[in-house]
Amino acid sequence: MIEHRPMVTFVSHLVLIFGVAIIAFPIWITFVASTHEAARMVQIPLPLLPGDQFFNNLELTLFKGLQGAGAPPVGFMMVNSLVMALMIAVGKIAISLISAFAIVYFKFPFRMGFFWMIFITLMLPVEVRILPTFEVVANLGMLNTYWGLSIPLIASATATFMFRQVFLTIPDELLEAARIDGAGPMRFFVDILVPLSRTNIAALFVILFIYGWNQYLWPLLVTTDQSMYTVVMGIKQMLEAAEQSPDWHQIMMTSLLAMLPPVFVVVFMQRLFVKGLTETEK
Amino acid sequence: MAEIHLNKVHKSYGEDEVLHGIDWHIRDGEFVVIVGPSGCGKSTLLRMIAGLESITQGEISIGERVVNDLEPAERDIAMVFQNYALYPHMSVYNNMAYGLKIRGLPKDEIERRVKQTAEILEIGDYLKRSPRQLSGGQRQRVAMGRAIVREPSVFLFDEPLSNLDAKLRVQMRLEIKKLQQRLGITSVYVTHDQVEAMTLGHRLMVLNGGHVEQLGTPIELYERPATKFVAGFIGSPSMNFLDANISESGKSIEFSGGNALDIPQSLSSQANRRLTIGMRPEHLRVDESKSQTTAHTVHVVEHLGADTLVHGSFGNGGSDLTVRLNGIRTIDEGEVLPLAIDPKNIHLFDPESGKRINS
Amino acid sequence: MLKRVHFGSSWLPFALVAPQIIITVVFFIWPASQALYQSLLVEDAFGLSSEFVWFDNFIELFGDEHYLGAFQRTIFFSFSVAFLSMSFALTLAAMADRVIKGATTYRTFLIWPYAVAPVVSGALWVFMFDPTLGIFTYTLGALGYEWNHKLNGGEAMFLVIVASAWKQVAYNFLFFLAAMQSIPKSLIEAAAIDGAGPTRRFFSIILPLISPTTFFLMVINVVFAFFETFGIVHAVTQGGPAKATEILVYKVFNDGFIGLDLGGSAAQSVILMLIVISLTVIQFRYVEKRVEY
Repeated sequence: MIEHRPMVTFVSHLVLIFGVAIIAFPIWITFVASTHEAARMVQIPLPLLPGDQFFNNLELTLFKGLQGAGAPPVGFMMVNSLVMALMIAVGKIAISLISAFAIVYFKFPFRMGFFWMIFITLMLPVEVRILPTFEVVANLGMLNTYWGLSIPLIASATATFMFRQVFLTIPDELLEAARIDGAGPMRFFVDILVPLSRTNIAALFVILFIYGWNQYLWPLLVTTDQSMYTVVMGIKQMLEAAEQSPDWHQIMMTSLLAMLPPVFVVVFMQRLFVKGLTETEK
Repeated sequence: MAEIHLNKVHKSYGEDEVLHGIDWHIRDGEFVVIVGPSGCGKSTLLRMIAGLESITQGEISIGERVVNDLEPAERDIAMVFQNYALYPHMSVYNNMAYGLKIRGLPKDEIERRVKQTAEILEIGDYLKRSPRQLSGGQRQRVAMGRAIVREPSVFLFDEPLSNLDAKLRVQMRLEIKKLQQRLGITSVYVTHDQVEAMTLGHRLMVLNGGHVEQLGTPIELYERPATKFVAGFIGSPSMNFLDANISESGKSIEFSGGNALDIPQSLSSQANRRLTIGMRPEHLRVDESKSQTTAHTVHVVEHLGADTLVHGSFGNGGSDLTVRLNGIRTIDEGEVLPLAIDPKNIHLFDPESGKRINS
Repeated sequence: MLKRVHFGSSWLPFALVAPQIIITVVFFIWPASQALYQSLLVEDAFGLSSEFVWFDNFIELFGDEHYLGAFQRTIFFSFSVAFLSMSFALTLAAMADRVIKGATTYRTFLIWPYAVAPVVSGALWVFMFDPTLGIFTYTLGALGYEWNHKLNGGEAMFLVIVASAWKQVAYNFLFFLAAMQSIPKSLIEAAAIDGAGPTRRFFSIILPLISPTTFFLMVINVVFAFFETFGIVHAVTQGGPAKATEILVYKVFNDGFIGLDLGGSAAQSVILMLIVISLTVIQFRYVEKRVEY
């Protein structure tokens, strides 16, 4: 702060608190809805303060799921989401690390060709190649599998670019020192490069975990078997069922559960999250 | 321990040749320095010995082996880098032990060697720290330790002191010299700093534009620079150069402003030709007898305590000339000093080729 | 972009890029080229025969008022989302940049919507605006306004815009705050000595200096609204009522998977691809140009 103006500071805080309230209100309402019993959730006006049914609703939703929606228990769907998110995050990091390593540290034919192929993926989000990609996955027999859910999403130009950027800032002399010490390419990669990139790897993991967990359109296409549903998809199923019987206490509990892991990651790994976000977008 | 032979070593990047055939025989246990301005190819040459750059043409051998096609790790060398290149995520101990681990040495042997080296360099207390927690001087020692612990037959130094402050640089310079004397390992040291080169090397190679200007001991280079480039590069403040003519008799030198200097050996074969005359600032003195008819107009006086540097212009031609006088002198700006020089301290160069004329 | 010193192994680099290249070819480049190819074909209703029709599908699309409507709607939707969430985020970031105490606490509370999946965000807002039970519907009803986004297209559009913008505020806030905090304090102090008050400083110093970030965010938000809001639309309105919220990405999905019009859907995909490519090019050309302080 440059000058002492208590009034301006006060107004700033006021605006910020107001802003936080607007941002947090939907989440508060979600939480409140998840703490009441079904009967209370059909009486107008709906409550603004939490009730005492949180743990009942939690148990019901996690282990039984929503009756009538035809979806498996939410706990089950969360396991699917977790597996998918982890496969996407770990897979993306692994293949991006090694391809960036090859592109930065080796001289080989078609190097730039490969680089541009990877670059092009940046311009082809799932949304613009839905049908043909679906056909490929179907032909490979990967519908309703974890592989089908994750592999088509793990080629990522942004992660490769980020690692390329990180590797380019590592001084050449480290590679030279390692060569004089007798380290071959893979040894250098494992002993020097990966340890030096670990904060970037962690930051990227945070971003990619959220990305993987929140996937919607793709799981919607490749899973028809209920045993493969993810929790984010499950919400949509429930909303459809809500047209007939509005079990909002359970739908909102599911929403809460669906946002919990990624929100947890963002809030408690904030430093890594911010780093990951700002560096992948460069 | 080993000799190093460089045999017509060339280096090109595409069409661009940066080293034009270097020949040198470095003797076993010798400390040699490659010195030259930036971009002269000195680091490239060192990196070719290390195996970090390929050899375009020619041959390098270390000991009995031609090493052209050997990996750096197979050449039995160790290198100290300008920015130290310590692995930032490893402790000092692991930095030193890494190469030994890769070579598959037994654990107790590694520990013995690291401990012993740490003792020599007085870094025993820092072994568990990470490089980040060390000062510049300490990092420098660790970088040397990493080289020593390998017990190589050749040490390579790539401007290892240039990241240190001036005081530390002088101190580390001395330590490197002592260490080399104690270990007796053949060492090649690259620097752009002529003081470092003069103080450290048994022999020096002065490189300029990918050519060897001169090879020799520090004293040889100082007393009998083979070219104008070497003459200007070695010694501080650098040598003064003036345009002049050899008189008809070949026994004296005439400056453009009418001043003249006698020379001891007759250069009658070169009579009447133009040349460049070089005189070191420390060899010029104020001529109390006023026997020589030279005039030096003082512009700026710098007092260094031990010496006094007098900058001014010489003769009527107005060429810049610096004189270094012992002790503290009171000299005013604008004053005109009569100068003299012992004729044996005069260096004569061909103005076109820059080659030395007098023997 | 290649290291000065590098390895020269013969097969290793190929093995290292292989996983990424194989996935890229199989799941990106091949499907995209299929989309290109299919966009030039017309299939009969049973998918038994197909005919090569050159650009007929595209000509048909641009003659189709539904498609043109979806196009206009998407542009309106995208810019509304970008404007709403960016102006809200900019205001909050400017305030957070001013207060030194508590800036990180505010940040913690403002960034979590980033982690909420679009479809969950849709569920949250659709619940609050549920025509019979919603808390806002009730409040608006008490004020004399009858809300029903299932019947009123304008209200439906408003709802998807708000749900999308809400989710993007976090991202915009983070980048605006980071940009403001990277402005050297000395510049602000110099302006203060020149006599510029806080408001004036904001408009004459801070805003121009963060303009590259603003532009970058503009592109990012438009991309988000174009391509990543499928979940929100799917959860909140399914494109209705009467196609009032059918944006391009939703229409591709709908025509391809529900309507099974392969050629038309592929042509729409190709147009979307061109939009992504041009937005990416714009982004890359501008992100390079950062303000020098």
